[in-house]
Amino acid sequence: MTALLEVRDLITEFPGENNAGLRAVDEVSFQLARGEVLGLVGESGSGKSVTGFSIMGLVDWPGRIAGGQILFDGKDLAGADEETRRSLRGRRIAMVFQDPMMTLNPVLRIGTQITEALHAHTHISGTEARARARDALGLVGIPSPEERLDAYPHEFSGGMRQRVAIAIALLHQPDLIIADEPTTALDVTIQAQIISEFQKLTEQQGTAVIWITHDLAIVSGLADRIAVMYGGRIVESGGIQEVLEAPRHPYTRGLIRSVPSENSRGSRLAQIPGVTPSLARMPSGCAFRTRCNRSTEACATRPGQFGDALAYHRCFHPYEEALA
Amino acid sequence: MTTSLIRRLIQAGFVIFAMTLIVFLGVNVIGNPVDILINPDLNQAERLKVIESLGLDRPIWQQYLSFLHGLTQGDFGDSFVYSRPALDVILERLPATLELALCAMLIAIVIGLPLGLYAGLHPNRLSSRVIMTGSILGFSLPTFWVGLMFILLFAVQLGWLPSNGRGETAELFGARWSFLTTDGLLHLFLPALNLALFKTSLILRLTRAGVQEVVSQEYVKFARAKGLRENRIILVHILKNLMIPVVTIIGLEFGSLIAFSVVTESIFGWPGMGKLIIDSINLLDRPVIVAYLMMMVVLFVSLNFIIDLCYTLLDPRVRLDGKG
Ligand SMILES: Nc1ncnc2c1ncn2[C@@H]1O[C@H](COP(=O)(O)OP(=O)(O)O)[C@@H](O)[C@H]1O
Ligand code: SF4
Ligand SMILES: [Mg+2]
Repeated sequence: MTALLEVRDLITEFPGENNAGLRAVDEVSFQLARGEVLGLVGESGSGKSVTGFSIMGLVDWPGRIAGGQILFDGKDLAGADEETRRSLRGRRIAMVFQDPMMTLNPVLRIGTQITEALHAHTHISGTEARARARDALGLVGIPSPEERLDAYPHEFSGGMRQRVAIAIALLHQPDLIIADEPTTALDVTIQAQIISEFQKLTEQQGTAVIWITHDLAIVSGLADRIAVMYGGRIVESGGIQEVLEAPRHPYTRGLIRSVPSENSRGSRLAQIPGVTPSLARMPSGCAFRTRCNRSTEACATRPGQFGDALAYHRCFHPYEEALA
Repeated sequence: MTTSLIRRLIQAGFVIFAMTLIVFLGVNVIGNPVDILINPDLNQAERLKVIESLGLDRPIWQQYLSFLHGLTQGDFGDSFVYSRPALDVILERLPATLELALCAMLIAIVIGLPLGLYAGLHPNRLSSRVIMTGSILGFSLPTFWVGLMFILLFAVQLGWLPSNGRGETAELFGARWSFLTTDGLLHLFLPALNLALFKTSLILRLTRAGVQEVVSQEYVKFARAKGLRENRIILVHILKNLMIPVVTIIGLEFGSLIAFSVVTESIFGWPGMGKLIIDSINLLDRPVIVAYLMMMVVLFVSLNFIIDLCYTLLDPRVRLDGKG
């Protein structure tokens, strides 16, 4: 069976000084089967959103996909024309953004913003579109959806707005939803509600999900597989349980250690020393080597992918033992 | 909503009242009309009689009070020069100025808005840079000079268009208008274009700046993520948000078009209010000057009021909450 999505050596660049391309996404590879949930994890600035936007074909100008392939259902999107891209967006690949306060157009009614997404991909009447919009709002748990269609975004709370965005993403029963930290901006209680409802709905529809987050705790309860990003690269990828129990890459290990948990209660959390360098100052070779306590001279060359497409790491001196 | 409406009306009343004082006193400072109007051959007794008949012998506060009293009945006194009610003299000239200003505004919108939109959407195209450079010319070339150039080129050299007066007029709503006849339209074209030049550049640059701000908003990206076609994104998502600042500026600038059409009217011999006011200032025809200035005050106050109303129509966030 071929994967639903296979990203191969994806490079997305933003122009830096002297026309040197800054790689926000640097030779990223991963794949996703139908209905599968991949947690894409990493610190802020590690390239998660740009990866998502690259798949959507929405990289902000002057950024561009500079190399690699994005095979969706066997077809390469990296080189596809804009109309092909557009017809897939929202219909077969949808996205939910991080900040619900910014994603809805402030001067358009909620109903308009839903029905226009329907009209973009299907030929239906206005009444039918409205009925479907109403049902979509009901599905994500918005009370009295019929009346809410005529409301404007500012009349909704952040949580409700994110539900609207999720309703829009689910409209066409897409094969893939990219959820870019959709709960980071929300209250913790609402966060949990929305995550569980999102999970339920995508499971029912058999939607594959790329769940982007910097929060390992969220991913551990949600994802089938995990990919850890650092400095634009995926440094480790594999089954969620395998990686969380026995992380191979020092960065993954540091990340897990820095999460408060039951057994670490009372002891000091181990933070990774130092900060992520900016794109322009990313060290050659292993990007993590300025912060890594296992680094050797070997790390000055760039580590390749050790393992297979479904489970690999990029480290010359990986940990062999499971986490204590 | 109604309370804020009433509050604004009261504010407007105060502004107008304050302006009566300033205008009245200001006009009294700029010279004594007696010196200009009265035939120097008259003897002292005859002089005094004329002064008395003009009401200029009374103390200034009495003059002000009777001026205020007249105002409440829409009476600004008789023009010293035309010996007819000042307001009538002005209103007679209003249609000429009004159609010139409206026509200029129309030209400014029709040219400035699409070009600004284009330059904002494609900031790096050569054509956009040409447009922006052109708009700098529109800003910096003096109106009177451009007007003279227009006359030299189109009227004198090429002989395509007339350059003086209103041409043939036709009657509508009890006033005479040039735009209703072909000859009138031909006469209208050059002065309107001349007057429009500055406003075109203004609207163009404002639109471009607005577009650049709006296109980088998350909600535009989200609209793309829904798979909307580019036309809809530009015409609905971007343009609707853009209308808020653009309508404000159009409203405010319309007032200044009327108030400052003086130069253009003088150059093109356009018999509007601007030309009248220049003549009136030269002759110190106080009632006409005062009536004109008060009309401008009322015009600006009303425009501000209308703009506020438009806001509530364009921006759902200021609707209903009374605070806006
Ligand atoms: N529009 C842009 N222009 C220039 N650089 C960008 C742009 N968007 C993202 N980047 C850079 O790409 C890198 C990855 O950003 P991003 O994918 O947003 O990180 P994450 O989502 O993991 O927090 C960052 O270094 C960021 O500065
Ligand atoms: S390759 Fe070297 S520097 Fe990079 S993570 Fe592994 S040990 Fe550390
Ligand atoms: Mg991000």
